[in-house]
Amino acid sequence: MSEDVQAHIRTYMKVGAALAVLTVLTVAVSYLPFGVPLAVTVALIIAATKGSLVVSFFMHLIEEKRGIYATLLLTAFFFIVLLFIPLLGHADKLGEYYTVPNANAPVAESGGH
Amino acid sequence: MDIPYIVEERADTGLNNVKLGIWLFLASEVMLFGALFSSYVLLRLIAPEWPLGVDVLNVPLGAVNTAVLIGSSVTMVMAYASLKMGSLDRYKRWMGTTIALALLFMVIKGFEYNHEFEIGNFPWTSTYLAIYFTMTGLHALHIIGGVIVNSYFLGPGAKMWETNRAQFTNRVEAAGLYWHFVDLVWIFLFPVLYLL
Repeated sequence: MSEDVQAHIRTYMKVGAALAVLTVLTVAVSYLPFGVPLAVTVALIIAATKGSLVVSFFMHLIEEKRGIYATLLLTAFFFIVLLFIPLLGHADKLGEYYTVPNANAPVAESGGH
Repeated sequence: MDIPYIVEERADTGLNNVKLGIWLFLASEVMLFGALFSSYVLLRLIAPEWPLGVDVLNVPLGAVNTAVLIGSSVTMVMAYASLKMGSLDRYKRWMGTTIALALLFMVIKGFEYNHEFEIGNFPWTSTYLAIYFTMTGLHALHIIGGVIVNSYFLGPGAKMWETNRAQFTNRVEAAGLYWHFVDLVWIFLFPVLYLL
């Protein structure tokens, strides 16, 4: 038991170090002159890598039971649906200029209604 | 009445109810933050203009806070491992460090918020700042919730170690799962709000 925990602790330390390195990397990469699409892609790949390290090792998902995987599979499905609902709404309006009410409204300067 | 399957696994799920319960809660949290990330994408797509996070926020402070939170995840998992090895003393040191790092995160976040307010950046100033304050504010509330729960397990809650070690270890594991999730959310919030 104790040796098993010791092995886990070594893993935790390595994962912690990897997360620190990836944090430095994500900041460093943001200073590179990428366009927005590439910058978003790179940042999200690094974030997803960090996230999967946290979930796999700190949250012990790699040694978890099937019940948890099933729960997370459903969660992932609905999460993707959630992300796509507004995107589909947006795609529906492509080519038209529209904006949500009060989006980027300037600060009221006169201070009166 | 005793609540069944707190420590022992149920035959049908292969899990104890604590583990299943906390993961179901985290699934609901994914949907909560997911809705906000989804809102962020929509607002950004339809905004006539969107500032770069680096022009508005303090990236070095945000990066330091990321490191602080990752550090607290490491100390949290070490607290759990200490209980697994049967050492309450070491558990208390690691748990205390976790809480201290969480408070440090809040102090740094407080400085950032204060600076924004000083230069006139409020949630109603722009759509970007509205979603920034909403997401980081909700995340900060999660940090506070974690600090309260972890403080209980460091203080009065730790008495259970004497009476029921397995159950106490389970409780700390569940608190840890929540804490790593809060770290996970920040791992995505930091690049999305500060760097893009």
